[in-house]
Amino acid sequence: MSSSLHSLQGNKACALAAIAAGCRFFAGYPITPSSEIAEQMSRELPRVDGVFVQMEDEIASLAAVIGASLGGSKAMTATSGPGFSLMQENLGFAAMTEVPCVIINVMRGGPSTGMPTKPAQGDIMQARWGTHGDHPIIVVAPASVQEVYAETIRAFNLSERFRVPVVVLYDQIIAHLIETVELPPKDSIHTVERKWASGTEEGFKPYAETDDLVPVMARPGDGHRLHVTGLTHTEDGFPTQKPDLASRALNRILDKIERNRAEIDKVEQIETADAGTVIVAVGIAARAARRAVQTLRGEGIRAGLVRPVTLWPFPDEALRAATANARNVLVPEMNAGQLIHEVQRVVGGRARVSGLNRVDGEPIPPAAIAQKVRELVADE
Amino acid sequence: MNEIARVSDFDVKDYLRLNLMPHFMCPGCGHGIALRSLLWAVHELGIDRNRLAVVCGIGCSGRTGAYVDANTFHTTHGRPLAFATGLKLARPDLTVVVITGDGDCLAIGGNHLIHACRRNLDITCLMLNNEIYGMTGGQVSPTTTATRVTSTTPTGNAEPTFDACKLADAAGASFVGREVTRQAPALKNLIRAAIEHDGFSFVEVMSDCTEIYGRKNELGESPEMILSQKSDMVPDGLGNAPDQPFRPNRMATGILARHARPEYGRTYRERSAELRAGTEG
Ligand SMILES: Cc1ncc(C[n+]2csc(CCOP(=O)(O)OP(=O)(O)O)c2C)c(N)n1
Ligand code: SF4
Repeated sequence: MSSSLHSLQGNKACALAAIAAGCRFFAGYPITPSSEIAEQMSRELPRVDGVFVQMEDEIASLAAVIGASLGGSKAMTATSGPGFSLMQENLGFAAMTEVPCVIINVMRGGPSTGMPTKPAQGDIMQARWGTHGDHPIIVVAPASVQEVYAETIRAFNLSERFRVPVVVLYDQIIAHLIETVELPPKDSIHTVERKWASGTEEGFKPYAETDDLVPVMARPGDGHRLHVTGLTHTEDGFPTQKPDLASRALNRILDKIERNRAEIDKVEQIETADAGTVIVAVGIAARAARRAVQTLRGEGIRAGLVRPVTLWPFPDEALRAATANARNVLVPEMNAGQLIHEVQRVVGGRARVSGLNRVDGEPIPPAAIAQKVRELVADE
Repeated sequence: MNEIARVSDFDVKDYLRLNLMPHFMCPGCGHGIALRSLLWAVHELGIDRNRLAVVCGIGCSGRTGAYVDANTFHTTHGRPLAFATGLKLARPDLTVVVITGDGDCLAIGGNHLIHACRRNLDITCLMLNNEIYGMTGGQVSPTTTATRVTSTTPTGNAEPTFDACKLADAAGASFVGREVTRQAPALKNLIRAAIEHDGFSFVEVMSDCTEIYGRKNELGESPEMILSQKSDMVPDGLGNAPDQPFRPNRMATGILARHARPEYGRTYRERSAELRAGTEG
């Protein structure tokens, strides 16, 4: 079998990718601009012996996803801003209990109901810090329909591999854009399966510290009768409040992401080798920035682009290297300034960091980015 | 041989994680009797504990699950029914029992309760009703009897209360029952019938919070509280006294409703199989 070309909408590509990644459970609650994912999953899942359920709200949706995942299914939900906010408590539960699950958040304008049919990038910080407490998370931010397909599959693989909730974060334009997508043959798609404990091991500890810090999972019915709790727990899964055990438990789930970054990080870089001005952007803003870089290079301005595809954990090292010789860093984003805080943290006084922000429900055009870079360069 | 040993070979210790003992419930708390009754029913039904999943919310009620030597899930406050919905849909082979409190189930989780009733998945929900928020120190609950004092109703509760069984029945639960902890064998039988029932079963267990609720309202020690259930309850589904504006003191016990409704998971799977057969053929 060879790849095939399809004209696909972003949300539809997301649903097809989920099925290809092995997703067999979807629970969700409709919200624009993510609803097409639920609709598509309701059609696809019964065909592959999976289950779709429309829950009573987003809180229930993620709860059901986690329940299904604990039962052994690859499971996901899809939502947008307000619904994502409702999921935050259970997102923390999944992080704490190390339950794989994928959450698609198609961003819309906010706060509150905001602009449902307009693009925005206002959930960058919510995706990282939305739940309470310090918690591990992986967030991927695709910038094309093709990439929505690839990153949704990667999200499942990362989630199963690291037993962590993975958020796929994109904006309304990418959700509703129809682009030509090359779908790989099914047998060529790499899928990661959870490490399962056999039901017969003596002294099995469901949260044991393994070499890669990712514990092996036990499936109900196989023999290990495990306890799963959102309370801080020891290796055997039961609650503890002992300071040393508590810090160990939390640090392990944080470290399992940090220490395995080689498997998680993904950054697109364009013309950064000699860049005097580095643009850092994600999603649709990054596509505009890519065009701006082309224009500027045509004018002899040494501009480059760093696009975190894995948005969280943030690609500190790649950005540090890319900005080694830069005098200016520009962060165009469709919010009042979120990504820029991370960029400032990394670039930290070595270059001037400026923002280009838009919060009116319209995308940032390439010309606006190019113009801003010209101004920055002129001001050097 | 004592009475119980003669009629049943059930030993609760066979079903508990004894390494977690002593448990953390207060002396006299009714939640223990409820848990014991559940395990007794599980024993009589011969359920393989590897295939038993106990899903709990948050509260004293929610902490009971951890003591059960089965697959146990201590989820978020108010959400155990939603977690259980995903678990049961993904794993129809498991016996799924939810243990929840009156606050967990009727306040924060009220929305999930009515939809779980409506959806009619084969889940058994035990709501341990102690009329109070035990875990957080005795605040008013949707089931606190009118006029009673709690730490957030210092002048006495003025809000009307839910009749949880009527609510569950109206929302579509295909099995509804209520029992008191004073009648452990009857409670065991009710839970047993609820687990055997194919569809969503709602069981309200009249529990007692001796430490906080009982003390604050001078309801006496555990024996008095449990015995008071006698005057408060009407056995065998005679119905509530119609002249009670707030929480009816005289509540019906036993199986209160049983309806034949299609179990949702099976319906879904059957339709999916038909769809697949249709596309293949
Ligand atoms: C989202 C959220 N809100 C509030 C709480 C605090 N909380 C813990 S248990 C509880 C009430 C428990 O009452 P109930 O369900 O009646 O159970 P009981 O302790 O009486 O058995 C509350 C409000 C919480 N854990 N999570
Ligand atoms: S506080 Fe009340 S409900 Fe909680 S364990 Fe004690 S007696 Fe039981």
